[in-house]
Amino acid sequence: MCRLAALSCETYASPIEPILALETMKEGHDGSGLGLLLKDLGGDFEPLKGMPILSGVCPEQQLSELDRLLAQYGFTLVHEWTPRYRPTAGIQQRGRYFARAYKYPAEYKDKSVKEKEDLLLQVRLRLRELGENGFGWYVHSFYPDVIMFKEVGDPEQVAEAFGLDDSRLRARVLFAQGRQNTNYAIDLYACHPFFIQGFATMTNGENTAFVPIREFLMSRGVPGYTGYRSDSEVFTHILHYVVRRLGLPLPYYKDVITPLSAEERIRRPDAEALALLQMTLRRLCVDGPNCVIGVVPDGTVFMVQDTKKLRPGVVGGRRGKVGLASEVCGLDRMIPDRDPAHDLYPMRYQMVLVQPGATGVAVWDQRHGTAVAATLETETELLMAESGV
Amino acid sequence: MSMERIQLTPKDLPYLVRWHEERCTGCGRCTAVCPNRAITAAVRAVRVVESDGPSPTPMVRRKVRIAVTQVIDPARYCCGCGICAQVCPNAAIEPEFNPQHKFQFFANRHGEPYKRGGRRNDPGPSLLDRIKFVRISMLTDPALDSSRHQFRVRTLLGRILPPEEMPLAVDGNGRLVVDRSSGRFVPPVREIFPIMIGSMSVGALSPPMWEGLAMGVAYLNEVLGMPVVMCSGEGGVPPRLLRSRYLKYFVLQIASGYFGWDEIVRALPEMETDPAAVEIKYGQGAKPGDGGLLMASKVVRLIAKIRGVPELVDLASPPTHQTMYSIEESVAKMIQAMSMAFGFRVPVYPKISGTTTARAVLNNLVRNPYAAALSIDGEDGGTGAAYNVSLDKMGHPIASCIRDCYLDLVAQGKQNELPLIAAGGVGKRGHLAANAAALIMLGASAVSVGKYIMQAAAGCLGDELNRCNLCNTGRCPRGITTQDPRLYRRLDADTVAERVVEIFKAADAELKKIFASMGRSTELPIGMSDGLGIDDPAAAKRLKIAYVC
Repeated sequence: MCRLAALSCETYASPIEPILALETMKEGHDGSGLGLLLKDLGGDFEPLKGMPILSGVCPEQQLSELDRLLAQYGFTLVHEWTPRYRPTAGIQQRGRYFARAYKYPAEYKDKSVKEKEDLLLQVRLRLRELGENGFGWYVHSFYPDVIMFKEVGDPEQVAEAFGLDDSRLRARVLFAQGRQNTNYAIDLYACHPFFIQGFATMTNGENTAFVPIREFLMSRGVPGYTGYRSDSEVFTHILHYVVRRLGLPLPYYKDVITPLSAEERIRRPDAEALALLQMTLRRLCVDGPNCVIGVVPDGTVFMVQDTKKLRPGVVGGRRGKVGLASEVCGLDRMIPDRDPAHDLYPMRYQMVLVQPGATGVAVWDQRHGTAVAATLETETELLMAESGV
Repeated sequence: MSMERIQLTPKDLPYLVRWHEERCTGCGRCTAVCPNRAITAAVRAVRVVESDGPSPTPMVRRKVRIAVTQVIDPARYCCGCGICAQVCPNAAIEPEFNPQHKFQFFANRHGEPYKRGGRRNDPGPSLLDRIKFVRISMLTDPALDSSRHQFRVRTLLGRILPPEEMPLAVDGNGRLVVDRSSGRFVPPVREIFPIMIGSMSVGALSPPMWEGLAMGVAYLNEVLGMPVVMCSGEGGVPPRLLRSRYLKYFVLQIASGYFGWDEIVRALPEMETDPAAVEIKYGQGAKPGDGGLLMASKVVRLIAKIRGVPELVDLASPPTHQTMYSIEESVAKMIQAMSMAFGFRVPVYPKISGTTTARAVLNNLVRNPYAAALSIDGEDGGTGAAYNVSLDKMGHPIASCIRDCYLDLVAQGKQNELPLIAAGGVGKRGHLAANAAALIMLGASAVSVGKYIMQAAAGCLGDELNRCNLCNTGRCPRGITTQDPRLYRRLDADTVAERVVEIFKAADAELKKIFASMGRSTELPIGMSDGLGIDDPAAAKRLKIAYVC
């Protein structure tokens, strides 16, 4: 089972923090890969907030081709981060790992955010397609203020080999996944977290409803709903579909993936509309076992469980720093100085929402459709207004 | 040369009657009960050795004894129903299947092709039974507990709008609301149990059989909370039921004879509730492309009243609806007319025979916003009366037909919008839940069963070796497909109802067992084809499931 560690912070943190949490939880993963997502960037990227950042890895001999393609689209390279590689047994260097910030093409200067996002997705998909068909590169994300890094190997060794404690890399939202290679050949594109247009999730457990969900997503006609080297990628795309395409508030993601029964729905003030929503999106229901940790473009981080098998998941911390982990030892490693008595273990009806900057945590209850602020510290209540959820 | 002049031998007949003289009491029950008059009381001379005196003095004598003999006449063939064995008080008689028989060569008497009821005579293993559930949740993904976890074995019958077209909006409090200002029509949708009782009409079925089914369905809904629905078949619905609150458990069928619809239309203003759905029958699996016939002897007073026809006349339903030129027209007229009749509150869907052209029908329905589903009846469907050639040789197996249609819907992104109902051979060999689950995982939203219910709820005597299959004659020895009170008094409606309840409770438990082991519980695993495997590479390739061996 994959291990998950995420941090939401008020001040910038190093990616090594969640990676070390994975190390603590190592018993659970076989060290077959590390996936990292950094959002709301500090370090070198802090001044480049609005610029799209392309993350990936490219064979040295194809770098010029990659440059040529991006130039063809009209992107201008502004800044590049590449890790220093230290040869390490078992860790293969595929080429140049990079996070490159670009200026948008001139004609996009005054275009809407949506148009820009669609362009970035289109370019990423084209690059991925070319990479898979001869060029050999991998691209994980192309979006402002987001960096992703993925490589096969033991997460701690990968972090050491690529110097991921690099002071140039800092972020307020950090996701790390230690991959357990159960069903699929080791493939960077099968490694969580998955990302699309500001939405990202990572999941543990298997998705037994994968095939019908994949078929449903792939038939939506939405560019980007492709790939699916992992059964967990659908969680990201469901999130994107529900929140971005359908424009629904985030808690409805829980309603879609773990729908209430008709009897349970009665207590909801939005029962009538919810019934229609569940009906039309019933193919997106998951049956677990899954714990999903995700982030949406505004920086809200959440944790949600399937309804029955309840893969382990815990949320805890203090004001300004909240951790989300698949196991409590991982949380202990990330935030040892918290009050564990206030840790939250979301159950079947709950969705834990961490406000951007970890200024508050709320538990949304699916039965009533309301959120209640959670107290993480004894002396200070961390509040989140219900209406803001 | 007439058939009667051909000297047949007992070995030419499909069943041989084994009569045991030493156990026969000569009561005559067997000959009285035989539906085909295949046995007759006779006398024959026998040689016996007797001793009358105080000391053994054996003497050979010739005597005349009563005997039960088989009639060697293709018109009175033993159909193997075995009702003689059931009534015999001393186990003196039973039919035995004769694998060497030549019945097919002389059943077409007087220039009339052989006609019968029942099922396709195919005793081989059904393809549905060869499909296995191979994705078992193990360790990486724990299986569920079918008796402890909460399961939702339900499906949706009705047209479902795509997410973008649902009239939904978010209010100022971030809450989802129904956007009534959009004026968008939301088609009616029913949440039902995914196994439906297929269309068997009042008239084709005897009163206790139809009543038993109806009572069982009502009990399942009202007492057990299982939303099982039953299709009326073409022949209307008893008037009291039409005006009762139980109508909501029934799918009303309209077919090419429109039998019963005068009464239904008259009852419309008085209906207390809407029916579950309306099924427009364009075809059926047992006799694809052929019409229906209720023989005159079955059109007794009650049936004539319900159907709105004179008594004791043959009721033929033509092979096609006479008002139809094209599918566009049938879709436009029938579906919309029926929808309108019920105020657009009732799902209306067509039923067709399994055919290679099913996808063309499907794709037309996809473009009709009022089409609520498509029911496809595969070649293994049963019937009350058909030409043998239709039963045995016509039609399309259900598995690949449903799979093709489902994948067509997937290609168009419509897989959640137009439910597919699969029928024809579901539970053919008794594996109701497994067959239903296999079809669901191939892409069906629900399955429909008829023959299985007759077998399991009423002890239909038929089998795949052409046993009995006299449904078309009105002489059903079980009392299932007859309007003769002397025959249908053998069947008790309450017992049928009890069995219906038992069947559905058991099927529900088995479906949960299957889904639990595959880690599914919340929604029906429609199209979860990665869970299926089959030991035939060609079938696996065709169905796009795993080949396992």
